[in-house]
Amino acid sequence: MGLQFYGEGMVSKATKKKTKLPKQQAIEFWTDMALIRRFEERCGQIYAMGQIGGFCHLYIGQEAVVVGLQATAQDGDQVITGYRDHAHMLACGMDPNRVMAELTGRMDGYSKGKGGSMHMFSIEKNFFGGHGIVGAQVPLGTGLAFANKYRDNNNIAFIYFGDGAANQGQVYESFNMAKLWNLPCLYVIENNRYAMGTSVSRASSQTDLSHRGASFDIPGAQVDGMDVEAVYAAGKKAVAHVRSGKGPFILEMLTYRYRGHSMSDPAKYRKREEVDKVRNETDPIKLLEARLLADGLIDEGQIAARRNDIKEKIEQAVDFALAAPLPPETELMVDILADSGDTHGR
Amino acid sequence: MAVKILMPALSPTMESGKIAQWLVKENETVSSGDILAEIETDKAIVELEAIDDGVVGKILFEAGPDQIEVNRPIAVLLIDGEDANAIEAALNDTNADTDSNTAAETETETETGLAQETGAETGAAPAETDSSNQPPLAAPEPVADMVLPADTSYRDIAMREALRDALAEEMRRDADVFIMGEEVAEYEGAYKVTQGLFKEFGGKRVIDTPITEHAIAGLGVGAAFAGLKPVVEFMTFNFAMQAIDQIVNSAAKTRYMSGGQVNCSIVFRGPNGVASRVAAQHSQDYSSWYAHIPGLIVLSPANASEAKGLLKAAIRDPNPVVFLEHELLYGDIASVPDYDDFVLPIGRARIARAGADVTLVSYARGVAMALQAAEELAESGVQAEVIDLRSLRPLDMDTVIASVEKTHRLVTIEEGWPVCSVGGHIAATVQRLAFDALDAPIEAVNGVDVPMPYAANLEQLALPQVAQIVAAAKRAAYLTDAAE
Repeated sequence: MGLQFYGEGMVSKATKKKTKLPKQQAIEFWTDMALIRRFEERCGQIYAMGQIGGFCHLYIGQEAVVVGLQATAQDGDQVITGYRDHAHMLACGMDPNRVMAELTGRMDGYSKGKGGSMHMFSIEKNFFGGHGIVGAQVPLGTGLAFANKYRDNNNIAFIYFGDGAANQGQVYESFNMAKLWNLPCLYVIENNRYAMGTSVSRASSQTDLSHRGASFDIPGAQVDGMDVEAVYAAGKKAVAHVRSGKGPFILEMLTYRYRGHSMSDPAKYRKREEVDKVRNETDPIKLLEARLLADGLIDEGQIAARRNDIKEKIEQAVDFALAAPLPPETELMVDILADSGDTHGR
Repeated sequence: MAVKILMPALSPTMESGKIAQWLVKENETVSSGDILAEIETDKAIVELEAIDDGVVGKILFEAGPDQIEVNRPIAVLLIDGEDANAIEAALNDTNADTDSNTAAETETETETGLAQETGAETGAAPAETDSSNQPPLAAPEPVADMVLPADTSYRDIAMREALRDALAEEMRRDADVFIMGEEVAEYEGAYKVTQGLFKEFGGKRVIDTPITEHAIAGLGVGAAFAGLKPVVEFMTFNFAMQAIDQIVNSAAKTRYMSGGQVNCSIVFRGPNGVASRVAAQHSQDYSSWYAHIPGLIVLSPANASEAKGLLKAAIRDPNPVVFLEHELLYGDIASVPDYDDFVLPIGRARIARAGADVTLVSYARGVAMALQAAEELAESGVQAEVIDLRSLRPLDMDTVIASVEKTHRLVTIEEGWPVCSVGGHIAATVQRLAFDALDAPIEAVNGVDVPMPYAANLEQLALPQVAQIVAAAKRAAYLTDAAE
């Protein structure tokens, strides 16, 4: 069985159905996804202007995954992910201004400009990064879940990783302990079809990644990650399982990234027609928008107005991020250790 | 407002690019996400996407071999039905969001990227602080070892029991402290350091793990991020090589990468250093590996009493601590205070023996060897001062330098290999900060630069020996009988 592509089967069915979401929530989903899209597009643009340095991985095309899933979280649940992390921060309610300011390496960024695109955190929002080593967030997130169980606090950890990370050994070490101790872990595999330039079928002996917990007795489900309603529905079920004390659950989100792996990726490992097909037929924002319009929950004018609001909000974020000061030089040696005087390296 | 499309910087090193091909024509309507052109960068051909809906108003550069510098407008996109007049307006508007007032910073950031790509370590540091080459402006105030109450009782116990007592006392004191590792609970520890803990604290806080070092370390770090205080036992630090990514990249760096938001109070502990007849993969000193890493604290106790006071300090410290115990010292007996708040200072070396003629610096098992060497040297009339570093990061160079200023001679001793060693760093620092105090070249006694052999005779040849320390000290003191 090869990979199923969108526009065939599952998704064309999805487009036909009416939205089952309450109006307010449906519109919120649309807005959250459109905001992430615009944020990421502007990131790409200001990266191209040299205002964002180093590596920058965009989430364009995958918006339904994090928006649909984070809607199932409750207060105190933790979130952790890899380096394609801007959207997760926005979905956790972090301030776009400060996320953008971190991207431009400024003092007002979430990490005072010391972390950059791949390493951002907000303890206040229970967002634990932002990790640059492929797969490292999986045991870390399992540890967050361990702490929930230790404290018996009924919170769960949302642990996001990609199809590439799904082949790392530490992921399976984590699965084993998570099930052995029934830790409250929701493992979300964001299968965007390519680990950098290597397609899932060229890297994985078993391409249905929802089965990756089978030998640990962890249940999993494969979900149309381009359909925010499908994501939300699957997320609610999975979260209920995890929160009830039954241990971890794996959600494989079939999604697609439109842009290259990072900004300097020429993406020659796939045909433009493939990207265009996904974009034209199963774009998560267009998909929901079509339903909202068809169901009369929103009209074109309201959509245009919302798009303008989003555009303005992101422009403000860019303005904020470009006007914010660089970290002062005194910041160089700060935050290495907690109250220990940082007298290392003599 | 019409939008200028600029030549994009698509890699940290790109300064200009060529337009390989336009995929749109003037007057063509485009949507956000449509590919406008293919740009040839210094590395590859990359697609340039529109990020707004609009009409291509003007293409300013045709495709061709010309190099166009980054951030120069290459086309103008008309938005919301604007007419051609908007093109001139956009090109003349230097305050548009894509204008050139950012060019200066762009250049700096490009250089930063270049420095990172070529592996230059500090080229990107904004501050011209050669902090690695200068003494800090203010030396840290030395922290005195604590003074124990006069009625403190002492017990002669082995290091493994002292470590066990430290763990038990800290677990009683703080419910967030727990220990996890292979065979720590029901088996009571591969080296019996956790004896009795499972019985007292139960399986919630004394946790047997599968043999999965990498994820044990990562899980522990995650639990520490969430505010718990894990003690992760490695059966030996040889196995921690499977986990070193989580120790270095997650535990040590996250506080810094989060701008100080994320705490990571965790102790990684277990036996380190040479063992007996277990050959290359089970016999290695990892001290310098961890001492290299900013964001870690690295401790290595030399006797049972030190082990207790330092482990309690490690558990109470808010930072990630790598706690290197010496397997051959687990049975070492010393008089250990029975006192719940016996917490030794981190970052302060200990004078294990005072002397005026030569300074011997070591840690862990090397301290006992240095003390034995000092006895032998005393017979030759040489009074050696022995310094137990205790903490390899932060390193108490003040104590070392004060001693060298007194003795004018220095010998470093460690089981680790000589290249990029703890002693190498100490020697470099002493010659930099106290060059004039030295009367002789700094001597080093290290493990021999070879994987540890199994055969008993070869193993002995690979290990530092007391006789070598004595000889090195005599060389430093220019005593003739050490010439060989």
